[in-house]
Amino acid sequence: MVSKVTPHLSQNEPLLFERSSPGKKGYQLPPLDVPSVDPAGALGAGNVRGELKGFPEVSEVETIRHFTRLSTWNYAIDLGLYPLGSCTMKYNPRVNEAAARVEGLAWGHPYQPESLAQGAMEIMAVLERYLAEITGMDAVTLQPAAGAHGEFTGILLMRACLESRGDARSAILVPDSSHGTNPATARMCGYEVVNVKSTSRGLVDMEHFRSLLNPSVAGIMITNPNTLGLFEENISEITRLLHDNGSLVYMDGANMNALAGVSRPGDFGIDVMHLNLHKTFSTPHGGGGPGAGPVAVKRVLEPYLPTPRIVLKDGTYRYDDNLPESIGKVRAFYGNFGVFVRALAYILAHGSDLRNATMDALLNANYLRAGIEPYYDLPYKDRSLHEVVFSDAIQTKLGVKTGDIAKRLIDYGFHPYTTSFPLIVPGAMMIEPTETEGKQELDLFIDAMASIAKEAEENPDLVRNAPHSTRVKRVDEVTAARKPIVRWEAAANDQ
Amino acid sequence: MSNYPANFRYTKEHEWVLVEGDTGAVGITDHAQSELGDIVYVDLPQVGSTMTQGETFGSVESVKAVSDLYAPISGEVTAINDSLAKSPEKLNSDPHGEAWLVKVKLTHPDEIQHLLSAEDYQSYIEG
Repeated sequence: MVSKVTPHLSQNEPLLFERSSPGKKGYQLPPLDVPSVDPAGALGAGNVRGELKGFPEVSEVETIRHFTRLSTWNYAIDLGLYPLGSCTMKYNPRVNEAAARVEGLAWGHPYQPESLAQGAMEIMAVLERYLAEITGMDAVTLQPAAGAHGEFTGILLMRACLESRGDARSAILVPDSSHGTNPATARMCGYEVVNVKSTSRGLVDMEHFRSLLNPSVAGIMITNPNTLGLFEENISEITRLLHDNGSLVYMDGANMNALAGVSRPGDFGIDVMHLNLHKTFSTPHGGGGPGAGPVAVKRVLEPYLPTPRIVLKDGTYRYDDNLPESIGKVRAFYGNFGVFVRALAYILAHGSDLRNATMDALLNANYLRAGIEPYYDLPYKDRSLHEVVFSDAIQTKLGVKTGDIAKRLIDYGFHPYTTSFPLIVPGAMMIEPTETEGKQELDLFIDAMASIAKEAEENPDLVRNAPHSTRVKRVDEVTAARKPIVRWEAAANDQ
Repeated sequence: MSNYPANFRYTKEHEWVLVEGDTGAVGITDHAQSELGDIVYVDLPQVGSTMTQGETFGSVESVKAVSDLYAPISGEVTAINDSLAKSPEKLNSDPHGEAWLVKVKLTHPDEIQHLLSAEDYQSYIEG
């Protein structure tokens, strides 16, 4: 029987477990040059791991081929538009990578003495200063490893500040259009979550907001622009009322790419916020990360920032751990350093033109909006900033839903947009092109969306059963979630 | 049009309660299951815990989202529907019957006055 009749590009890939055969190894160890010790005798039998049943045994080249083949199945920002709303999948400029690979930075070690790490420390100090300038805040910690970690850090800072006044308070307000991580963060930090309603225009309902203010409110977690891509036009009034109430204001800075160089949260009353360097500042995102979620604060919260902080004294950078009011460390060492280098490279490459990147992101989102609006329902019609949220209301009547349209986009060569979020829009289709894209790519996307809208009318099954062009057809996500198989097991006759 | 039993009372958060004597059975409405889509997981409180009207007592997870469950009425949980752990799809197929979520011993039976009738709920979701 011929077992290989397809080229590797269309060949399916077995699990590593299925490639295993006994005795194969992907490593070679030198001969033991110290006396051999029985681990059970030295550590106690209970501390010695037994053999893992079915653990794959493969050679080095088999391992490399397996993962390299899988990597060729990926869709990536380097292959085309990645319009995931709220995720801000922008191009990662190669100059960032060149900077991060400079030998002294790539091979720097966190235990290097301060005297031999001055360059790396200066990069962090300068990045902190730029982020403070861009956000209009007073001080920054780079430690948090991603956005939700930044939120957690930020709310702990708020709590520490309020506790120092003798009352941590008990509730955090969260608009119903917020990121799902916001209420989760508030709960993690021991606060009760109180939802603030949105108006029919998709902005904070001021009347409802005012009715919720009382001495138990520690603060608000607000995203601006919000998840509908709309600027909260009452933000100054919102922050003023909270400050009058003795509360603090947290801003989720996930959408800072709509403001950078144009509007500064510090100027509209924000006390503490996080930034996603992997969104706004173009560092790799997702599996190519890691991320970074720096937190910027006003003076009032600075004493509580995590240790250590970088200080400059007599021309020398050093780490200051002597911060008695600090909430302590939130991350080993100083955060994800390689990400800081890339973010700083992005900021320096743009210089004062950072504003242009922001304006291009807004232009692109509004260009897509205008191109797509003839075919899809647009529930909130105020001017969009960096992203736009449509709904499947027109197509639902034909039996085609947001998830179907998203999967059909794969057949047109695009990554799907964000489906079913934000939750206040039923059947949401959330689209964010970022400043990365040129007109040609945007036009292709508009054509694809228009074509799918037509298919939904003429041949809804074509859309409902998409994708058709992929190696793996539509997966049964319902059964996968209801009856998950999370562990590979050898078939009985293989044992 | 869905059929909402007249002997149930409803919330604007799309839960129902059927009160018999001093106990109530609680579930989610047909409208709720239809909006949620395929339900894949249900998180219910423990027997013996208490729930308070208007506050969350658990959550349902569909392929789209995780949504909180809000107590239509206050009471002590006397039973939970264990079968939903294995067969959450019952919430899609029979939300007003087999897929009840919890049974509670009512602590504030008067609260039922604040709930919607079948007719009012129907016009609420159609409005």
